[in-house]
Amino acid sequence: MGKRIAKEVSIAIAEAVKQCRVDVIAAYPITPQTHIVEHLSELVANGELDAEYITVESEHSAISACLGSVATGARTFTSTSSQGLALMHEILFIAPALRLPVVMVVANRALSAPISIWNDHGDIMAERDIGWIQTFAENGQEAVDLVYHAFRVAEDRRVMFPAIVNIDGFTLSHMIEPIELPDQEQVDRYLPPFRPRYKLDPRKPLTMGPVGIPEIYTEAKKAQDEAFKNAYRVILKAWDEFEEVFGRRYRPVETYRMEDAEVALLIMGSLAETAMTAVDRMREAGKKVGLVRLRLWRPFPLRDFVKAVKGLKVLAVIDRALSPGATGGPVGTEVRSALYQVPGRPRVVNFIAGLGGRDVTVEDFEEMADRAYVYMKKKPKEPYEMIGVKE
Amino acid sequence: MPKGKDTALISWKEVPFGCYILEPGNSVQFKTGDWRSFRPVLDKEKCVKCGQCYIMCPDMTYTQDEEGYYIVDLTYCKGCGICASVCPKGAITMVVEEV
Repeated sequence: MGKRIAKEVSIAIAEAVKQCRVDVIAAYPITPQTHIVEHLSELVANGELDAEYITVESEHSAISACLGSVATGARTFTSTSSQGLALMHEILFIAPALRLPVVMVVANRALSAPISIWNDHGDIMAERDIGWIQTFAENGQEAVDLVYHAFRVAEDRRVMFPAIVNIDGFTLSHMIEPIELPDQEQVDRYLPPFRPRYKLDPRKPLTMGPVGIPEIYTEAKKAQDEAFKNAYRVILKAWDEFEEVFGRRYRPVETYRMEDAEVALLIMGSLAETAMTAVDRMREAGKKVGLVRLRLWRPFPLRDFVKAVKGLKVLAVIDRALSPGATGGPVGTEVRSALYQVPGRPRVVNFIAGLGGRDVTVEDFEEMADRAYVYMKKKPKEPYEMIGVKE
Repeated sequence: MPKGKDTALISWKEVPFGCYILEPGNSVQFKTGDWRSFRPVLDKEKCVKCGQCYIMCPDMTYTQDEEGYYIVDLTYCKGCGICASVCPKGAITMVVEEV
């Protein structure tokens, strides 16, 4: 096992990408993701990483180059944030439909306007339906581990879908944390060389991305959706194998102090660490509060999620993105829909918090849990409410 | 099987991986000729066999016959009229397709 040393999370991610022996990186710098691709460019320039580093003029070109690269059978990585992710938008849908397993780290950041370089989940929630595998990391070690996992799953011949690892901008990307990078031998054991089912090869021509006339489009989409749902088993199995090789265990849904809980907070990403402290405090005060964290967002871990919230009275979903005029935040509406058919389901209340880098403190989480207790008896007036807004 | 009109070409289970076309050079199987609303008609009296129609046709539907005339293959001709437009002798006329 490698040594546990303090590293900036972005740098550690770049080192992990190097250990994954990527062939091609095409990326455009954007805050707060820049350190990842900057460090990768250094590794390539110094000859420490034998890869092509394609400098492009925009994120639209970056992702386009990535798709072309992975289509030839090259292991490919990119990373972006916020406006950069939005600029990739139209190409993002093409990758899973063509079964091109690019791996991307998104350092989550708010979308303009007002201009904000700070963290929330607005960027990735606008890309909810692109059909990529999506995970959310809580801390630096997990961010790094999810990168190995992303390549392992995405390139699996039973999967062949692109994958995004979400890390909170600044609060994760720029944090210096003790991180254990594994030995190269372990990574090689976990991640076999990329052998795609098909690739662009002049010796064996094929067409990727032809027109889908109305007589075929629906069937093509059904085939894509079924294949994506089937990826779930491989995602889980790859975490089992991860545990065997690296010793750390990951599941699609994490629970914390959920035994006998009446109220639970549900969150994705790094805020869960703060929420854990709030749960500890409330437990000490005799309140039966627990925490649920979704690590896997797409494909949605429906059964594991329903199992995790069984027996709860109120589930307080914390969204870090606003969906103006909707019936809740993206996670809130998803979770309500997931539970609608479940007998004895908990009441789902939805809070929007931590937009554009606004701190969400232990006290904020305590307040949300307290409100959830109030809503145990009385229905909330609105389908969602924003936390920490100054009147 | 859908209850409504079944217009699908194949079952979703038969869709090739990634909806790829795995066999090269299969565009000949795509009969584009039924898109046509005008057909090119050649007047051999005026034709000088220059081959402009053959060169400019975007679907490569023209082939030369034994006498040297360029003859359109209506299985693929979409009726775009480029051949008629480029013909230096005005030997090709676009005629409305009667349905």
